[in-house]
Amino acid sequence: MSFNPAILTDNWREILDGMVLTILIWVAGTAIGLAIGLAVAVIQLFTNRWLAAPLAFYVAVMRGTPFLIQLFVIYYGGPFFGLDLTPMVAGTAGLALYGGAYFSEIFRAGFLSVPPGQIEAARMMGIGRLDIVRHVQLPQMLVIILPALANMTVLLSKETAVLSVITVNELTSVVQSIGSTTFAFAETLLFLALVYWAFLEIVTAAARRLEKRVGRFMLRTQS
Amino acid sequence: MTAHPVANSRPIIDVRGVWKRFGAAEVLKGIDLAIRKSEVTCIIGPSGSGKSTLLRCIAFLEEYSEGEIYIEGELLGFALENGKRRRVSDAEVARVRRNVGFVFQQFNLWPHMTALENVAMPLKLARGIAREDAAKRARAMLEKVGLGHRAEAYPSQLSGGQQQRVGIARALAMEPHIMLFDEPTSALDPELVGEVLQVMRDLAAEGMTMAVVTHEMGFAAQVADTVVFIDRGVIAASGSPDEVFRKDENPRLRQFLQNYFERNVFWQGSGDVAVP
Repeated sequence: MSFNPAILTDNWREILDGMVLTILIWVAGTAIGLAIGLAVAVIQLFTNRWLAAPLAFYVAVMRGTPFLIQLFVIYYGGPFFGLDLTPMVAGTAGLALYGGAYFSEIFRAGFLSVPPGQIEAARMMGIGRLDIVRHVQLPQMLVIILPALANMTVLLSKETAVLSVITVNELTSVVQSIGSTTFAFAETLLFLALVYWAFLEIVTAAARRLEKRVGRFMLRTQS
Repeated sequence: MTAHPVANSRPIIDVRGVWKRFGAAEVLKGIDLAIRKSEVTCIIGPSGSGKSTLLRCIAFLEEYSEGEIYIEGELLGFALENGKRRRVSDAEVARVRRNVGFVFQQFNLWPHMTALENVAMPLKLARGIAREDAAKRARAMLEKVGLGHRAEAYPSQLSGGQQQRVGIARALAMEPHIMLFDEPTSALDPELVGEVLQVMRDLAAEGMTMAVVTHEMGFAAQVADTVVFIDRGVIAASGSPDEVFRKDENPRLRQFLQNYFERNVFWQGSGDVAVP
């Protein structure tokens, strides 16, 4: 058996479609997941326990059960609850709900990292709760939680591979089927590994740049 | 400067029978205290006596357990219904204490904003003042505390004394009727204490109503109209600086002052300090 990367270029059209789908689901799922995570953290920390308790349950379920099973429940179980979703929508929603639970924990840790005295000062000035979140807490905590957010984003890129079980033709399923029909397992697996690794590098580079931007005030501390 | 007619009628702050408990610990045990317009009240006492807790209750940074605190005639934090008190909303708390400024021991500046932004941001967010006007007023306040030239600096680029002066400017920009200072110089290196006290002296001379929790007895003796000595949760002595520092014979007060002076006298020239 010879190593023949031409297998990949011969099927570039299918592979490109798969990759576009993967990136779409990944980006949309991450963006929605970040919004869910932030909302969950804010509600848990700053409102009453009647709102916080069900959210704690949501976070526990998403963190405590395999993503694979969550996808099955949403896609195959959804119709029993009147939720008839396309594979693409079910997959994106699943990724967002799964990521959102983890993101909420990261945001929660971030909120707690801002010294309470700064919040007291803002309250004494008559600044509203949401304005305190936006202008006092978020800008400071972002510097601290960016690496953790980037880490979770990278993990989500790899979780998209699970979506093949609900018939989404994302990158991994496309490339694997090419591999099994042509028996070019080494080429296809190596290619997959390199693509997901590239995702990691892109996210890491973006996070570094963002870190420098939001962390300007911290860099000045050291000068 | 006594151009301000003293309104004897109604105190700006009226504390009546206030208790504060943290679980089983009773930190304040029935405090009565009235602060009138343009008066400077210095609150002294041993650490753990409850003096900071009292100030934080007056700002409603702590909920008091019992009693009443009135700010310019309005009950703070609670509404009375059939003799029972009910906690009011945060927005209502903010409304009643809108004219109260607070200066913290640890400054509590926002580190991701410049000095100017620290002063201007609350004006924009809490008072709805337009950007330009907020910046203008913020600059004027920084100049008032002698920091006009440091407006673009971040807190981490300022000395402790400068940071605390920004903290004072930030509170002043909201045009408070009373300023509360919680040990404003306790976190400062000794050589930086003077610049902050000077700003506070200037404020007092302008007629600002002030309540100051402090260990600076010199400041209290020179600037205060009333000195209040708190010990183990009660006001154990109060009166003019002369009455409290010289005349009052409360043994706990005398012991407290004795300790203070012993700590601060390091050289008496009497030969009892060995110099290598």
